[in-house]
Amino acid sequence: MTDTTDTSGPTDTAVLCARGVHKHYGTGAGLVRAVDGVDLDVRRGETVAVMGPSGCGKSTLLHLLGALDRPSRGEVWLAGRRIDALGETALAQLRRTDVGFVFQAFHLMEELTAVENVELPALLAGRSPRAARRRSEELLDQVGLADRGPFLPAALSGGQRQRVAVARALSNEPAVVLADEPTGNLDSAATVEVLRLFDDLHRAGQTLVVVTHDERIAATADRLISMRDGSFVDEIGLTGGTRRDLGALVGLEG
Amino acid sequence: MRQEVVLAMLAKEPSHGYELRRRLRQALGPVGEGMNAGQVYVSLTRLEKADLVRSARSETPGDRPERKVYALTPGGQQRVTEWLTEVSWPKPDLAEFHLKLVAAAAAGLADPVTLVDMQRRELLRRLRDGQRAAMTEADGSDAALLLEGIVLRLQADIRWLESCEQSWTGRRSGS
Repeated sequence: MTDTTDTSGPTDTAVLCARGVHKHYGTGAGLVRAVDGVDLDVRRGETVAVMGPSGCGKSTLLHLLGALDRPSRGEVWLAGRRIDALGETALAQLRRTDVGFVFQAFHLMEELTAVENVELPALLAGRSPRAARRRSEELLDQVGLADRGPFLPAALSGGQRQRVAVARALSNEPAVVLADEPTGNLDSAATVEVLRLFDDLHRAGQTLVVVTHDERIAATADRLISMRDGSFVDEIGLTGGTRRDLGALVGLEG
Repeated sequence: MRQEVVLAMLAKEPSHGYELRRRLRQALGPVGEGMNAGQVYVSLTRLEKADLVRSARSETPGDRPERKVYALTPGGQQRVTEWLTEVSWPKPDLAEFHLKLVAAAAAGLADPVTLVDMQRRELLRRLRDGQRAAMTEADGSDAALLLEGIVLRLQADIRWLESCEQSWTGRRSGS
């Protein structure tokens, strides 16, 4: 990691940091404080879920963390580098290589096959077509879709499309994967597919930040943050703990 | 667990207690892990006293003679039929929790938002346990289906708690 003497900057173990981050839109009476003073440290390998009602600012926050948008005030640090003040060229480069995005609506290129979708970020990052294809095939295998490479997104189920999108997000080995409502368009069974995949990524040490309405994702994260009106209002650590008797959950007494 | 469950498992064919237990375990998967081994036998004894099942010593060669095979009586058969069509749905006691908040707020004994928060944390932990178990089950298994139900119900309860939190937070700041 990059050395930094700035004490307000990231801690050693944090791969992603926000310090006093604000995002305001409009002025005067029309001022909207979409993100209103957020501090966040995401440790390497950690899965953090941010939950809150629609309009609480969680998607805006994710965009700020992933350099899709700039904060009105405050700092964002990724992998030891302050990113909120970078120029457009550096930002574009960073979005391609240091951050992987997963969206609710998948955002796959419909006219490209699964393997072509997954290799696209590697090609854009300047890898050779052969290396990009090999990496893409490995990633599709990793998400359990080795045999779906030649298929167009339209021929895949919702859960499969989202797994392709996750594989694409991993293409350039990003420091962090940012997911915005990744199960928002999925049924219950497909949600389990995506949860299993996130769990695999977590075991492999991938850092993951998910904003979601889905309590199932939130409950399987290491840390759950609740957001209201642009600010964090609660945080729950969910790691460790006991595996209690599941029978008690359905009234089957021991 | 209701005795009718044991009774209904027996409707397939006369069985040993351990065979009933095996089938229950299979249908419940990890949800049944904490089940007391003696529960099926206790139920069978009670059902026999109530004349809903009768038992006979095992005649299968190789079985120990004290092994009993249980079968439904006509009364037991009828009870199973009634039970299958009974509409009984387990109800989490929402009214009790709701009244706890109302009473706590009225008396100034505790902050309802804190109570909601405690409950929400507990349900999130249960949801995590249920979801983790669901993720390790094979798709389409009986146990996976049950775990999906557990997870969806917890999710609904957590959503209601979020409504409670918003409502009580609003009343607190409004007062």
